[in-house]
Amino acid sequence: MSLPPRSQDIALDLLRDMVRIRRLEERAGELYGEGKIRGFLHLYIGEEAVAVGVLHALAANDAVVATYREHGHALIKGVPMKAIMAEMYGHQEGCSRGRGGSMHLFDATTRFFGGNAIVAGGLPLTVGLALAERMQGGSRLSACFFGEGAMAEGAFHESINLAALWQLPMLFCCENNLYAMGTALDRSQSQTDLCVKASAYKVDTRSVDGMDVIAVYEAARDAVEHIRAGRGPFFLEFRTYRFRAHSMFDPQLYRDKDEVEQWKTHGPIHTYSAQLKAEGLLDEPGFLAILAQVDAEVEAAVTYAESGSLEPLEDLSRDVYTPRAAP
Amino acid sequence: MSIRMSYREALREAIREALQRDPRVFLMGEDVGRYGGSYAVSLGLLEAFGPERIRDAPLSELGFVGAGIGAALGGMRPIVEIMTVNFSLLALDPLMNTAAALRHMSGGQFSVPLVVRMATGAGRQLAAQHSHSLEGWYAHIPGLKILAPATIEDARGMLWPALLDPDPVLIFEHAQLYNLEGDAGEWETVDISSAKVRRTGKDLTLITYGGTLGKTLEAAQVLAGEGIDCEVIDLRVLRPLDDKTLMASVCKTRRALVVDEGWRSGSLSAEIITRIIEQGFFELDAPPARVCSAEVPIPYPRHLEEAALPQVSTIVAAAHELCRGTSG
Repeated sequence: MSLPPRSQDIALDLLRDMVRIRRLEERAGELYGEGKIRGFLHLYIGEEAVAVGVLHALAANDAVVATYREHGHALIKGVPMKAIMAEMYGHQEGCSRGRGGSMHLFDATTRFFGGNAIVAGGLPLTVGLALAERMQGGSRLSACFFGEGAMAEGAFHESINLAALWQLPMLFCCENNLYAMGTALDRSQSQTDLCVKASAYKVDTRSVDGMDVIAVYEAARDAVEHIRAGRGPFFLEFRTYRFRAHSMFDPQLYRDKDEVEQWKTHGPIHTYSAQLKAEGLLDEPGFLAILAQVDAEVEAAVTYAESGSLEPLEDLSRDVYTPRAAP
Repeated sequence: MSIRMSYREALREAIREALQRDPRVFLMGEDVGRYGGSYAVSLGLLEAFGPERIRDAPLSELGFVGAGIGAALGGMRPIVEIMTVNFSLLALDPLMNTAAALRHMSGGQFSVPLVVRMATGAGRQLAAQHSHSLEGWYAHIPGLKILAPATIEDARGMLWPALLDPDPVLIFEHAQLYNLEGDAGEWETVDISSAKVRRTGKDLTLITYGGTLGKTLEAAQVLAGEGIDCEVIDLRVLRPLDDKTLMASVCKTRRALVVDEGWRSGSLSAEIITRIIEQGFFELDAPPARVCSAEVPIPYPRHLEEAALPQVSTIVAAAHELCRGTSG
């Protein structure tokens, strides 16, 4: 087994970015335990290969819409880690001024359109972003991440129909982690082959091992090429697994510990780092250096968030409406 | 220069003018193109502007309203038409959870310059799934602006300022008004921030909007014949409410009657009366009153539908009750 040639140049970036998500979230989980972060906190641990592989295949100015489990997507899209951490603290230095918290990370600069806590809610929005781009003659595409649970929502079906009907430059990224909160795929959907569901709308599809960052990256690159060539939207299913609970309130009664442990044996970071080592692209000191570098970034983010400030109360109703100059 | 036209034609001309003025504007909705619009508002626009800008959407209110929000974020200025207010419930999620919340939730990063138009109201025997007046619900939601054009001039003149507005604006067109004819006025002059006094008077303030403006003015005419001189306020903007115009009138007449085709419980009429009491309790000569729709799903047969809705006779009767024993 060896890396495909066109993936060689970003081989270490893919690893570093997966580690960045992992360490950011492990730290966020600790801070939640300390009461520094409140509300819902949905960790992406185990699924990092999906966001990293897809976002490396996108251009910097492509639009991205994600779910409430979006720390990783925001980070790899380019939102600074310190702004994400400050947001989780509810501090005004956060990427949404502290207004949104973990589930509502936004960043206009990097064209990261959230952070959507309505399951499937990002899909119609992404259709519109893709439509606007097409109507304005642009070449940027719009990518939407959503879970397999979203495919039971009407919004998924309406959105993929619109995207296919209008042949929009939109990438559908289904993160199939097998559970919609606590409901297993085969307990919620009559058709469990998600590509078959998507294909019903005459959209090209591909199912990918979402634990393999190279497989994700290669599939996303092919899909992006397809879309940029004007051949319509593309649907990717990433078979992945959430190692942690759904949120910090979830006792995980719906799945066996053995199943979780089994999936952890092919976790995306250790299998990929082992692969890099086997191919001579990485050695142990090199791996430790990446960890040290990432941990320094995480600690700097925590320091930044700790030293942040609360939005003044008089700003509570600011930005319900857009301020306008007096006529 | 002003010319006579129907409310429907006024809306169409407003859309045409917006499409001509700004290449970012497009119209999207069910049957807006080949069919010409379910109320024929967009008739002929497909031929003039083509299918990209007069965009027929499938029966997917959630999908195409959400797409309108995304298109607004992506730099366009969409006008989304929803066939009727009852169908807009299928799109409540994107309107409430995204369009209304996005700017605040993102810390001021993303405004949603979206315009949504829809038919509202009863009176055409369309029964319980096509006849309601839910604009008061939408007026409950911070982040939205709610307009209710009741005249030809407003139908013509509210769209462009709504499109210039950086935030989501919902325009409610009462289905009974489409055939109304009148003077289009100077279309640039309509402002979308204030109520308008449609008739001046000194004895009683009648407060209404949209489809009941005509009935209310007619009632005022009847009452004038009896010596009760009514002032009629057309709210025009249901969110944010123009308290200033409202209170100036109520403090002058000292009596207020709200006429609203919505239901009364937890309603826009309740909000207006609360504001009057909060701001003008000691100015009042009588408790404020209201004429609303009966609290039933709007029924099909003509006699029951009429009985369910505010009518000239019920407005006049409520005015009598309000003025009785409190004159002088």
